[in-house]
Amino acid sequence: MSATTNILVVGIGGQGVMTATEILAEAAIALGHDAKKTEVAGMAQRGGVVSSHLRFGQKVLSPQITPGTADVLLGFESAEAMRWQHMLRPGGITLMNTARLVPPVVELGLFDYPADPLGEIRKSGNKVVAFDATTIAQELGDIRLGNTVMLGAIADHLPFSAETLLACVLQRFQRKGEKLVELNRRAFAAGRAAVGEAEAALA
Amino acid sequence: MAAVMPAPAASRLLLSGNEAVARAVWEAGVKVAAAYPGTPSTEMLEVISTYPDLYAEWSVNEKVSLEVAIGAAYAGSRAFCCMKHVGMNVASDALMTLTLTGVIGGLVIAIADDVGLSSSQNEQDSRYWGRFAHVPVFEPADSQEAYAMTLAAYELSEKFQVPVILRMTTRINHVKSLVQVGERVPHVGAGFRKEPGRFVMVPGNAGKRIPLMFKRDSELRALAEISALNFIEPGADRRLGFIASGPAYMHVKESFPEAPVLKLGFSWPVPFEKCRELAALVDQVVVVEEVEPLVETELKAQGLNVIGKEILPLQGELAPNVLKPAIARLLGEQVPAAQAIAPMQVFPRPPTMCVACPHLGVYYTLSQVRNLTISGDIGCYTLGAGHPWNALDTCVSMGASMGMALGLDKGRGEADKDKRIVAVIGDSTFLHMGMQGLLDMVYNKGNVTVLLLDNRAVGMTGGQDNPGNGRDIYGDDAPRVDFAKLVAALGVKEERIHTVNPYELPVLFKTIRDEVKVPEVSVIITDQPCVLIKDYHKLKPFEVIEDRCTGCGNCIDVGCPAIHVTRRAKEIKPSGREVDLAFVRIESSVCTGCTLCVQPCAPGAIVHYAPVSPIQLVKKGCPA
Repeated sequence: MSATTNILVVGIGGQGVMTATEILAEAAIALGHDAKKTEVAGMAQRGGVVSSHLRFGQKVLSPQITPGTADVLLGFESAEAMRWQHMLRPGGITLMNTARLVPPVVELGLFDYPADPLGEIRKSGNKVVAFDATTIAQELGDIRLGNTVMLGAIADHLPFSAETLLACVLQRFQRKGEKLVELNRRAFAAGRAAVGEAEAALA
Repeated sequence: MAAVMPAPAASRLLLSGNEAVARAVWEAGVKVAAAYPGTPSTEMLEVISTYPDLYAEWSVNEKVSLEVAIGAAYAGSRAFCCMKHVGMNVASDALMTLTLTGVIGGLVIAIADDVGLSSSQNEQDSRYWGRFAHVPVFEPADSQEAYAMTLAAYELSEKFQVPVILRMTTRINHVKSLVQVGERVPHVGAGFRKEPGRFVMVPGNAGKRIPLMFKRDSELRALAEISALNFIEPGADRRLGFIASGPAYMHVKESFPEAPVLKLGFSWPVPFEKCRELAALVDQVVVVEEVEPLVETELKAQGLNVIGKEILPLQGELAPNVLKPAIARLLGEQVPAAQAIAPMQVFPRPPTMCVACPHLGVYYTLSQVRNLTISGDIGCYTLGAGHPWNALDTCVSMGASMGMALGLDKGRGEADKDKRIVAVIGDSTFLHMGMQGLLDMVYNKGNVTVLLLDNRAVGMTGGQDNPGNGRDIYGDDAPRVDFAKLVAALGVKEERIHTVNPYELPVLFKTIRDEVKVPEVSVIITDQPCVLIKDYHKLKPFEVIEDRCTGCGNCIDVGCPAIHVTRRAKEIKPSGREVDLAFVRIESSVCTGCTLCVQPCAPGAIVHYAPVSPIQLVKKGCPA
């Protein structure tokens, strides 16, 4: 990876994209990095597109990731992962949730949802690992754990240890009780394992 | 929000520009802070209200917020006011005379320009206000600078007795970066002292203040020349030198690390000598400023040979992917390839109204009434212009739906003779700047039906409290406006005022249809809360019985995002006409039982969701 690490987290409003990016930023800062986090999310609360940029390294200047320079793209939703492929650098990787969130404009028949986002991304030549974070979260008992599953998914694709990130995730739930801490620990591990298995299958 | 213990001094915190300014406001000993919510400025006041030892308020509009701040500053206390760019259009009446009186306690006005239009109706450059009102402008380039410049702005404000504009942009307000924070220094105000020659701006007094304002301009310019906020970073590659401010400075440093840069933090009055100093170092100066060519034009008038908007866009952010190709072309170098692959084509995903939003009922109904011209306003309900409703025809500025509706009525052409004019406005927008328009409409005997959508919140900016919901910025009880009485007091006839539940579609439909026929001003108030605030109570969710769904698609026209199409088909009617069918399901996990989709469902296919519990499954599987 280059001197500055560029992580792009994408999804739609309400999925927890901005919180996930903030936790990644906290982990980078805990290790002494400079970091900047920015997003275009003006009306994200209303189900719109959210793309959150995190840059960290010794000294970060521009907060925005220039198209073609993202190291990792963490996609909370299939079509959104597809939408931002041009942001990746050559050799960059996409880690994507296979969930499909269909917007009203598609329900109304005005636009089509891509038939195979994963296939489209593969066809472009970009490296991609897909997993079903939503189902993993549901199986753990709460769809809201999806955010932590996603953070687990990216944990082995960062220039620092998965344990550092896990500690930052769990810190968020410390005050909410041991039960929630444990659930999130499992969600993180499940996300990490899902990506590991998917990568092993690809190799 | 409840006051919390602020983080201790010397902490290194990850703060947005808004949070950084809020911290500095508290540290500066500010006593009064006022604002009206507006993206991307909103969080400044939200966060300020969590600090102890100061007074914060949501004002009814930006002009009032500035006037509150001016009063506090006249009283000798430090004051703060913030707004989004368009807010200053509203507040500027006060600003333009404030510059003559000046202040006693420091006054900083933070203006957030939505460069790139993430959530605004236009793109403006608030640095103009510095020039127009003859007040200094500071431009931070990240959160640390936003923090430090706010503190510096209070010093400058009191030294020159002048309000200071802190010009921010979305890429400062909403970017999080590290900030080293300090101690709070209490500020003791001197109290208000009568000084009519200064504080009573009648012509005789104001005329004497104008020369003082121009003298202050010169003094401020001299100070800008030596200010530490304006500095040159000499680089090794002297072909080009850049003059940049705000986020554009970071983009320049990112893109051209070897080039000399004059960073303008105290950007108006422009330090011309500093600019000449940079020009002497390099072959060519390029001015990189978001949005308008202000510094560039002033430097050209000074006879400096600078380039700016000849090669850079007049709109949007000047990020590295914009700067690098433009500069490569200027230098005659090969333009770098934008990225490895081209953007893939994916459907647009515009913002939508929320599941069960009370506005859904209003727009569904408006979309069913023919022959309307709908004068819209600014808020979540502006989304009514989109699919599937297409039931909002104009959106210009806060409160404009009122006056514009009257204008659409009085100015109607022959073709609009039979059109019914409807105005749609939210509770907070009505209190912000709509009341006067309604008064004008009543006074001038307009023929307009006003829909006042009272959802008890400033919805689009995150559900802030306002005088319409009876809570102040701290969440404490406050006097609550009675909208029916208010519009009656403005002169709307009692029999033309109706309060309806927007979830009762037949009542809403009948009320709108009846009132648009009456050639007078009517006001229909809808009274259900925003689904994202605590006043909203969820009801039992619904589901679709698959076998009963006929695919008519009526429920889809409501526009609720919880309704999803499961399959599509075509049907040939006996008349030979082909119709499209769309069979649906409801995402019961997000449905809150508002019934809006149930009401237009002819076959009664939508019923309360009855999940099959594991216990029932066991019982079914093991008959006794």
